[in-house]
Amino acid sequence: MTDLVERDVAAVTPSPASSPGPSSAPKSRLRSEAFARRLRARHAAERRFRLAGAAAVALAALMLVLLLGSIVAKGASAFLETRIRLEVTLDPAEVAERNYAVPLRRALYAQFPQVTDRAGRRVLNDLLSSGAPYELEAMVAKNPALAGTTQTVWVRADDQIDQLVKGAYRRDLPESGRGISDAKVAAADALLASGALAQGFNTTLFTAGDSREPEQAGIGGAIAGSLLTLLVTMALSVPTGIAAAVYLEEFAPKNRWTDLIEVNINNLAAVPSIIFGLLGLAVFLGFFGMPRSAPLVGGLVMALMTLPVIIIASRVALKAVPPSIREAALGIGASPLQTVLHHVLPLALPGILTGTIIGMARALGETAPLLMIGMVAFVVDIPHGLTDSATVLPVQIYMWADSPERAFTERTSAAILVLLGILILLNGAAVILRKIFERRW
Amino acid sequence: MQLTLLALILALLTVIGFLVGRSRAASSVGGRVAELHSVPAYHGVYVALWAGLPALLLFVAWTASEGWLAMQMVLSALPERLFTGDGQSAALLKADILNLARGISTGREADPLVMEAARRYAALRDLAGWSLLAVCASLAVAGLSWGRHRIGPDLRARPAVERVVRVALVVCSLLAILTTLGIVLSLLFEALRFFTVVSPLDFLFGTHWSPQMAMRADQVGSSGSFGAIPLFAGTLLITVIAMAVAVPVGLMAAIYMSEYAGRGVRTWLKPALEILAGIPTVVYGFFAALTMAPVVRSVGEALGLDVSSESALAAGIVMGVMIIPFVSSLSDDVINAVPQSLRDGSYGLGATKSETIRQVVLPAALPGIVAAVMLAVSRAIGETMIVTMASGLTANLTANPMQAVTTVTTQIATLLVGDQEFDSPKTLSAFGLGLVLFLVTLCLNMVALRVVRTYREKYD
Repeated sequence: MTDLVERDVAAVTPSPASSPGPSSAPKSRLRSEAFARRLRARHAAERRFRLAGAAAVALAALMLVLLLGSIVAKGASAFLETRIRLEVTLDPAEVAERNYAVPLRRALYAQFPQVTDRAGRRVLNDLLSSGAPYELEAMVAKNPALAGTTQTVWVRADDQIDQLVKGAYRRDLPESGRGISDAKVAAADALLASGALAQGFNTTLFTAGDSREPEQAGIGGAIAGSLLTLLVTMALSVPTGIAAAVYLEEFAPKNRWTDLIEVNINNLAAVPSIIFGLLGLAVFLGFFGMPRSAPLVGGLVMALMTLPVIIIASRVALKAVPPSIREAALGIGASPLQTVLHHVLPLALPGILTGTIIGMARALGETAPLLMIGMVAFVVDIPHGLTDSATVLPVQIYMWADSPERAFTERTSAAILVLLGILILLNGAAVILRKIFERRW
Repeated sequence: MQLTLLALILALLTVIGFLVGRSRAASSVGGRVAELHSVPAYHGVYVALWAGLPALLLFVAWTASEGWLAMQMVLSALPERLFTGDGQSAALLKADILNLARGISTGREADPLVMEAARRYAALRDLAGWSLLAVCASLAVAGLSWGRHRIGPDLRARPAVERVVRVALVVCSLLAILTTLGIVLSLLFEALRFFTVVSPLDFLFGTHWSPQMAMRADQVGSSGSFGAIPLFAGTLLITVIAMAVAVPVGLMAAIYMSEYAGRGVRTWLKPALEILAGIPTVVYGFFAALTMAPVVRSVGEALGLDVSSESALAAGIVMGVMIIPFVSSLSDDVINAVPQSLRDGSYGLGATKSETIRQVVLPAALPGIVAAVMLAVSRAIGETMIVTMASGLTANLTANPMQAVTTVTTQIATLLVGDQEFDSPKTLSAFGLGLVLFLVTLCLNMVALRVVRTYREKYD
């Protein structure tokens, strides 16, 4: 390439042989066939290079679209759930012994009078979610007067029926290769035809904790766990991070010690997240004996992880405040601390806030360190305190992704959509904050 | 309950301290505030600090040591015969006492002595809680009255408060050092325990990895083998694949965005790449396992290749996609830092844009780009979720990207998930791996960050 340029440069330089200039010299090397060819080749190379750049950007964008598209395609249907309508007669005696499975089954059998054999009835029983009796129980507990009456209730269907209605099973396959029996398909079709099977918005997904049964599993517990963890993280890392940044940027003398701290913070920001999990396991669980799976420990680990991010962002924001502000405050007699607290910090706050939100968004999406400290537990109850067993949204996604049921794949994608939604909100807030408060000095 | 009560009391006393200090400062000079050395609010903070800080420090020290102290007291009262000598049974005994004291059944018939110890432990903890409450509250009250007593027109409240704040700021900035120290010490300590069981040479140069330890000593294959070479090879393979995707795409994207794209395109492209960077790794892992792996597999089969369903290729490609924005934003910074005069000089000699980029801008930006790639490599080595979800657990020693391999991070994650006894070699080996991982990424980061720093200074 280099020699090409040199030769062309030489070509432009007028040689003594064709002194009057290129226009009057028919033998000019600039008009020669070889020069034109070289120029064409160079321009083609230019176009190829530019195209390669555009292709790289397009590839990255394509991957983004593919990633989001595949998850939306898999997960959108999880926001609907299938319910079965039943005319349940609540026998007071059964209510008294809290036996709600029998009235449900009776109501279901009533819809299929032609099915009398045991095998057929077992198929019918499998249409209902194993959580359906609890739904009925909760209803009666709320309104005890229902005992002895006949009620129309919509109870949750089993996940296989749910998936069938959503079209996840291929009906043209033979029974053995399909994953769901012919009898169930027939029963579900019969219910669908009579209008006793309908889809509605899936509230379970947002309110329930984890469950082994896909139709009863939700991300309510994981969201609560994420919130508690994030609360601890925020309470610890934001004040300390800002304080550290203020010290390093405004007060620290330039010496070997502060240099060490600075190098250390930059390195800490690039330490793999799983190492922080090992730290949490060895120090918080092993040494201090804190409880496993607790949002408290998760929050502590995340706080240590996000601390460098917040410190670095805060330092950049503090650096952007012009020295004239400080000099003016010092000039009218403020102490150095007053200068920083009353004048510099408020001006740097929008930048600090943006960095903090981005750090929190990163903590919200982090999984690996939490696996180490036992937040990968199967938690059915929704956590209420900092030491309750809990899991967080990304870990819930990780656990569901391992489950073989189709319905869990769907729910995993839905959980990812919720997580991405929260992250987009957070990052959007950061961008808007930056736009509103951005100040050029 | 006691803790909440204590926190409430301390908060209340601190607020009272502030109000008392402020009003007393004003009243000590008869309302002529100008005669005070410091503004009344500083007197308020001064008293509040006296009320809250000593009690808080005591509280932290107490809660850090209380459980251990109570356990020692309980254990010293137990007869010798319960300790069979080794550390494991003592740890088990402690765990039993703790569980019984919390009212959790241990699942086996408990020794009446242990039951008694658990009761004593619970009683001690309860007593300790109440006495902590009493001591802390009285300390806070004492501090409050002492601070209030010292207030007067000549009290230099502001310098005193500022000294405390300065110390607090320094402590906060030392926290980062403390974290690094904690990482190094905990990894080193546990890894050393591991290396007393398994020789470091076997660990670093052994070619067989199967950490499953049998339950009994006389069982067949009772000792696992801890040769980590297959893990290092697997990590290397996946990192190479990821870099093969991320470096060309990321670098070309950065060049396109900084040299070719117009303002309008740039304002759209940058946030789009940032979205790619903001997606949690677990999402990439899900994508790799459920979308990319089947695609790679069917493409491979169409080409007549034998592709494992958990191939290194799928995990590596997705990891590369994850790293694209990382490489491109770092290279973008570096390319933008190259002075315009270099480009102008090249254009002046008649070079085309791509010739300028390839022969002037990139050579000038090379150190920064190398540093960016090193940071990206360190990121790829440390990435856990994608490989855990998409590349499997079998420790194959292979360079074939179509096969399943396992990585250092995957093994750390799987060895430590679930309830494990803390001192089996299997669990400890995770810390050995963690130490290696930490040292390797630390070296990469140190060198890369230093290069970036000197590079920035060169053109500033």
